Amino acid sequence: MNEVSVRPRETGVPAGWEAVIGLEVHVELSTASKMFCPCSTRFGAPPNSQVCPVCLGLPGVLPVPNRQAVELAVKAALALNCRVATYSKFDRKNYFYPDMPKNYQISQYDLPLAGDGYLEIPAGQGSKRVRIRRLHLEEDTGKSMHAADDIVTARYSLVDFNRAGIPLVEIVSEPDMSTPEEARLYLEKLKAIMQYCGVSDCRMEEGSLRCDINVSVRRPGQEAGTRTEIKNVNSFRGVERALAYEIARQVEVLESGGEVEQETRHWDEGAGRTHTLRTKEYAHDYRYFPDPDLPPLVLDPAWIEEIRRSLPELPDARRERYIREFGLPPYDAAVITASRALAEFFEETVRVYPQPKTVSNWVMGEVRRYLNESGLEPEEIPLQPAALAELLAMVERGAINMRVAKQVFTEMCQTGRLAPEIVREKGLEQVSDEALIERAVEEAIAANPAVVADYRKGREKALGFLVGQVMKATRGKANPQVVNRLLRDRLGLPGTEGV
Amino acid sequence: MIAQAADAIRKGELRARELVESCLSRIAGLDGLLGCFLSLDGERALERAARIDEELARARQRGAGAAGPGGMRAGTREAAAEADGVLAGVPYACKDNICTRGLRTTCASRILEEYVPPYDATVVHRLARAGAILVGKTNMDEFAMGSSGENSAFFPTRNPRDTTRVPGGSSSGSAAAVAAGLVPFALGSDTGGSVRQPASFCGVVGMKPTYGRVSRYGLVAFASSLDQIGPLTLTVEDCALVMEVIAGHDPRDATSAQVSVPNYREALGRDVGGLRLGVPREYMGEGIEPGVREAVNAALRVFSDLGCVVEECSLPHTEYALAVYYLVAPAEASSNLARYDGVRYGLRVDAGDITAMYSRTRRQGFGPEVRRRIMLGTYALSAGYYDAYYLKAQRVRTLVKRDFEQAFSRYDLLLAPTSPTVAFRLGERTEDPLSMYMADVCTIPVNLAGIPAISIPCGESEGLPVGLQIMGPPFAEVTILQAAHAFEQATAGAPWRKREGERR
Repeated sequence: MNEVSVRPRETGVPAGWEAVIGLEVHVELSTASKMFCPCSTRFGAPPNSQVCPVCLGLPGVLPVPNRQAVELAVKAALALNCRVATYSKFDRKNYFYPDMPKNYQISQYDLPLAGDGYLEIPAGQGSKRVRIRRLHLEEDTGKSMHAADDIVTARYSLVDFNRAGIPLVEIVSEPDMSTPEEARLYLEKLKAIMQYCGVSDCRMEEGSLRCDINVSVRRPGQEAGTRTEIKNVNSFRGVERALAYEIARQVEVLESGGEVEQETRHWDEGAGRTHTLRTKEYAHDYRYFPDPDLPPLVLDPAWIEEIRRSLPELPDARRERYIREFGLPPYDAAVITASRALAEFFEETVRVYPQPKTVSNWVMGEVRRYLNESGLEPEEIPLQPAALAELLAMVERGAINMRVAKQVFTEMCQTGRLAPEIVREKGLEQVSDEALIERAVEEAIAANPAVVADYRKGREKALGFLVGQVMKATRGKANPQVVNRLLRDRLGLPGTEGV
Repeated sequence: MIAQAADAIRKGELRARELVESCLSRIAGLDGLLGCFLSLDGERALERAARIDEELARARQRGAGAAGPGGMRAGTREAAAEADGVLAGVPYACKDNICTRGLRTTCASRILEEYVPPYDATVVHRLARAGAILVGKTNMDEFAMGSSGENSAFFPTRNPRDTTRVPGGSSSGSAAAVAAGLVPFALGSDTGGSVRQPASFCGVVGMKPTYGRVSRYGLVAFASSLDQIGPLTLTVEDCALVMEVIAGHDPRDATSAQVSVPNYREALGRDVGGLRLGVPREYMGEGIEPGVREAVNAALRVFSDLGCVVEECSLPHTEYALAVYYLVAPAEASSNLARYDGVRYGLRVDAGDITAMYSRTRRQGFGPEVRRRIMLGTYALSAGYYDAYYLKAQRVRTLVKRDFEQAFSRYDLLLAPTSPTVAFRLGERTEDPLSMYMADVCTIPVNLAGIPAISIPCGESEGLPVGLQIMGPPFAEVTILQAAHAFEQATAGAPWRKREGERR
């Protein structure tokens, strides 16, 4: 039903249409233990090795709230400019699901922990404010694995409850976003803020940041159309692609005279399309009611203030500071502060090697390139800031040239060894010995009379070729400045042949 | 009586093993008729008794009297602590909705017929630490839903005073086992009167403590906001002793109160003269059998004679309590019982797909009363009905609670019958759920308000025991026990007490 085969542009909304987008994001809190029991939250443990009677929901057990989880949730709320409720409560959300031990989930319903907040996303030259409707605490469920593609055809299914009871905050935005790109920017910003305040590691591939998308389309100036919900999208690219697909699908349905059905859809990353999960006939009645096992959550305003004071510098503030304090261009400052780990790596390096723009170029260039190529997160930079600083200092004092430096950097990341060691061992020191370079220069001139002639006719570019030849002859180690000077000395000024 | 037994064991005049053996042999002789027990743990009970006897003998040899931990081998420290406990060597039984590690806990339901918990309830743990010895798990109305003991999925329990009659419920097995002298004391749970009403029917003492006074950790939930574990004993002093052991804050229960536990026994002897006692007229009117009213009135005269001020008072919202209870309790139960779905433990009835498996398992695993209440609760919570039923019920619950607060601003305690009738006949009300629900009409308001109350024997009607209910403000267990004890002492020579003694 309603499936279309369109290839929308990667971003954007078809002309003549507007999209209305809201996000519900689940963020796993970085607590040592679960929401209502002392079990470990460590990721990747053998199935069902981190469970106890409480998180398994065995008969007779009772939940006891984890203070650290409440603290982190308050922190998240404050970082998102939310109002924190001094009185909230836990409710039960009742529905049957095989990986949910109690067949109800402890969540917060009509009195959430916090709400009424916002965050800013980049927009053109300025920024756009996306409002946060609510932020509440809840417990995660277990994970099912089916011995087939899905639960219906599976011969059997296995359930891992390690995850059951892990604390989550759900952050619900207002439908303030209007393009897939904005949705991605919102999610990126949310992730950065959560990481900055230490609320979550936000590892999307481990499911510690998950996103449900609500989207509808309309003609400009008209009422919002019927919306669909896309469940469990777990990458930034996924959010953008799923939205682009879904917006195009809805527009096509409407343009061909159909109606968008209110339903829950699934994003198939591989196929690059969404498909129906359940339609509104199966809309759930969760029978929410206050959990009688848990007293209301009453927070001391003084404690909330204490948490507010403990908030670290957040991405926007840090970006401004980098511009002010380090004189970085706004673009650099934004790129580097998008990740707390990257920003901290940058600052540490600058502390030892106080040339911010040089460091910023390296972090934005080589460091990010290496992370991308090796599939690492910024938290996993395999290099100490001091080691990078040492490498940069070697370039500055002419011990190695830039080309060699990049090669050495990669090797440092791969082997964990330090720059001087690699340079010494491989004999990569820059050669500034003029006699040595002069010999190579003469050889290059002698071997390439045609190029020399070109240069003398005024073709400045020909010089580059000759420099390359000299570098090649010196195995890349020659000091490029010396090479340039000697070549020009020998050849004279371009366009001066015969003078 | 428990204190005396523990004392005799401590002094070596009685061996714990002998006491456990005598319980087991009495159970073997009588339980076929009474149906009090669902599981026995005789072997482990005897081993523990022997270990406690040994420890005590060793301690006496050292002459210290107490088994101090100094210089003891690792592993025996726990045994020494048990032997040093106030209930060292005293056997007991526990309602089968309280979890016991390694021992079947069925809630008298097919759905948990073979379920063996991997952990002990906090009360079970505390009793073990105090040296008490668990001999078995007692029969009950399935998931504690019922007032007669006939809703057990396995077999009904009979009233030891008249085996054609019900023992009351839902802690039917616990009350009957204590009344028949099978065990010196037992634990029950009280959601709407399930400790007090069977205590009344069987002629024993049963207490429902303040909500939060005793940890619910390990009590299989029926209605979480109403459930409370309580003791069933032969005397008020025994009740006080067991309360001292099981009461107190538990970090595993977020609803557990952080209020210190007084020495209940020490307070028992105090003079009750001058206590102000209210008698709510709503509990003495229509529907209360004349014989019950007479016995309660006689009890009120005893309190007057003891120097108490006894006055009629009013709890105007009493008439709504039953309706409120039958919305709140099933609503919570529908959610609490959702976990019994055949996925992880207990009964599973295979079917084509998971939804069919769920519903077949639950249809076969739950009895009719449990299914009825799940349906009621699901309905009361569903979208569109929540405000009209559940929310409205919670508001009226606040009014019921306020009635008590106002009454306790004028009275130290409130007195009323525990049950409008004496024990009825087996089968008499099984076809009529509504008449069965009336059996808890006098006890339910106490659970809605979360206050403590006790039921003690106060006389007879038709040759069957009548229970007097004494209710108090939150955490006033000590005053309740004091008044109950004074009454017990004052009526020690009463004819109905003598007949009771002869029957035992």
